[in-house]
Amino acid sequence: MIRRTLFEKVWDAHLVRPERADTPAVFYIDLHLIHEVTSPQAFSLLRERKLRARRPERAIATMDHSTPTTPRNPDGRLSIVDTQAATQIRQLETNCKEFGIRLFALGSDRQGIIHVIGPELGFTQPGRTIVCGDSHTSTHGAFGALAFGIGTTEVAHVLATQCLLQRKPKTFAIQVEGQLPHGVTAKDLILAIIARIGIGGGTGHVIEYTGPAIRALSMEERMTVCNMSIEAGARAGMIAPDDTTFDYLAGRPEAPQGPAWEQALKAWRRLPSDEGAAYDREVTIDASSLEPMITYGTNPGMVIPIRGVVPDSSNQTTQEKSLRYMGLRPGQRLLGHPIDVVFIGSCTNSRLSDLRLAASLLKGQKVAPGVRVLVVPGSQQVKKQAETEGLDRIFREAGAEWRESGCSMCIAMNGDQVQPGQYAVSTSNRNFEGRQGVGSRTFLASPLTAAAAAITGRITDVRELLK
Amino acid sequence: MKPIQIITSRCVVLPMENIDTDQIIPARFLKVITKNGLGQWLFADWRYDRDGAPRSDFVLNQPESAGAQVLVAGDNFGCGSSREHAPWALLDHGFRAVVSTSIADIFRSNALKNGLLPVVIDPETHRRLTAHPGATVTIDLEACTITLPDQTCTSFPIDAFARNCMLRGTDELGFLLAQEEAIAAYEREFS
Ligand code: SF4
Repeated sequence: MIRRTLFEKVWDAHLVRPERADTPAVFYIDLHLIHEVTSPQAFSLLRERKLRARRPERAIATMDHSTPTTPRNPDGRLSIVDTQAATQIRQLETNCKEFGIRLFALGSDRQGIIHVIGPELGFTQPGRTIVCGDSHTSTHGAFGALAFGIGTTEVAHVLATQCLLQRKPKTFAIQVEGQLPHGVTAKDLILAIIARIGIGGGTGHVIEYTGPAIRALSMEERMTVCNMSIEAGARAGMIAPDDTTFDYLAGRPEAPQGPAWEQALKAWRRLPSDEGAAYDREVTIDASSLEPMITYGTNPGMVIPIRGVVPDSSNQTTQEKSLRYMGLRPGQRLLGHPIDVVFIGSCTNSRLSDLRLAASLLKGQKVAPGVRVLVVPGSQQVKKQAETEGLDRIFREAGAEWRESGCSMCIAMNGDQVQPGQYAVSTSNRNFEGRQGVGSRTFLASPLTAAAAAITGRITDVRELLK
Repeated sequence: MKPIQIITSRCVVLPMENIDTDQIIPARFLKVITKNGLGQWLFADWRYDRDGAPRSDFVLNQPESAGAQVLVAGDNFGCGSSREHAPWALLDHGFRAVVSTSIADIFRSNALKNGLLPVVIDPETHRRLTAHPGATVTIDLEACTITLPDQTCTSFPIDAFARNCMLRGTDELGFLLAQEEAIAAYEREFS
């Protein structure tokens, strides 16, 4: 018997035509996720070629990147002040209507960051192939789906044919042994993994995360890990589905029901990698030895344990430019470094469990004077649940801003911005130059570390506050 | 897509590693619904100061960069966001090839689909190119080679199918549309 990995099983099941030396595989896509920023030119291409969407029911759309998160007007509406953003948002509405695609529009109670709503509504399912014109599509791999980001031309390909031309990626197993210590979260784990393999370390590969520390993670934590696979350059990240996956999915609006559910379960249970299946590359990491992690530079691979010091690097040009931008020097400790902004949100860390973690620290506390704290739930569903639990009150009473759902300060396209030169501790996934606004300086960290920084106004080892 | 066969041009060198697509074109310029005119925002935050004036110390603003069609960049070029606006901006500015020791997966795929040639070369050849900014190179897509000013010639890998599309200036959509029968058969059986 050929022993296959999870990835190979999903790959094989979606080959319309296998690859040959002179042509890539014709690869079938089950679910296509669409947002306002990377889709307009794809719909234009369809119009130019006089094509329709081949299987519009296999796509869903939402608007999240350029949408406002400021509190609603008294009439319940959100005001989009930016005319360019408003045009882009209107264009998505027009496109979805014309091509027959289901849209969770701004104002709907199911709107949110595309990678948050796909799973929470039950669209994201084990064994599916999922694409989106967005690199963090890797998030959905947490369910044992093969999910990856594509460009806008490929968005058009999927709309028109439900297929993509693909070469088979290589496989990469990351085995995580042991148990995460108290105060160390899934975010710290993935940052430590990126530190270990490097930001180009996963290029050309699909990562499968395995081992006891992964099995012990909740679905939301698994999404945090898979989300940042792209930050290690990987095509996708995957985790084999298990009872945690099935419990999460059961009863979600788009999950199979009744006999269809039983049938799906049977198929899903066959997905995990066969015992002894071979990977092109393997790495083992011990979760028990990990600490809270934080980035110091301008890419997510420039990351150290919270008590560490800014290292020297072999590539001087890159490191010097980065540290000059950050206003830091080699040998410097980050602990105690003052900060201006805390951002809790993004498709990495804006789900209910993330907000609960942050609220557990902020409860009864006050945000440090002069620090701006923005809490942005990933979706309207998350927002509603958080409000039912009273998390919004905890944040507001502490002095944080409680916002509408969207990408917000993760990409700073919607007016939510870190000011030039300011330091932010952010739960998002990218600390690139200018990512959170022109001149913004980002430290990526977990929701716990972010909440700790909100209280002290400095980079803090959250384990001190948890004692 | 313009067909590519041979590109002979001076190189612009950006030696930094891990140049992400947020640097190639910052997110605030993505609120557009067409692909046109993005070249003016290429490397916007490195190219212009806060008031929008060109920074004289940035290589693209130097006179010898004018008209160059080849960009030589450090390892892992194009990492990060999947925005196709990045190759659109590079092409609109006038670049036709990007040379590095490695190029991020999504960027490479996007570049190929738009006629921007991704050229991956060995570290030694790369070192020689970055040591001589402004050198003229010849990239031959038919032969898959890049020739340096000293006439040394190195080959680079490229997917056979993408190469044919680029040589002919055709896109992949036509090929995919021609698979309709196989796609329909797949759907009848599996979905
Ligand atoms: S939250 Fe940030 S990373 Fe996630 S989809 Fe939105 S912009 Fe992209």
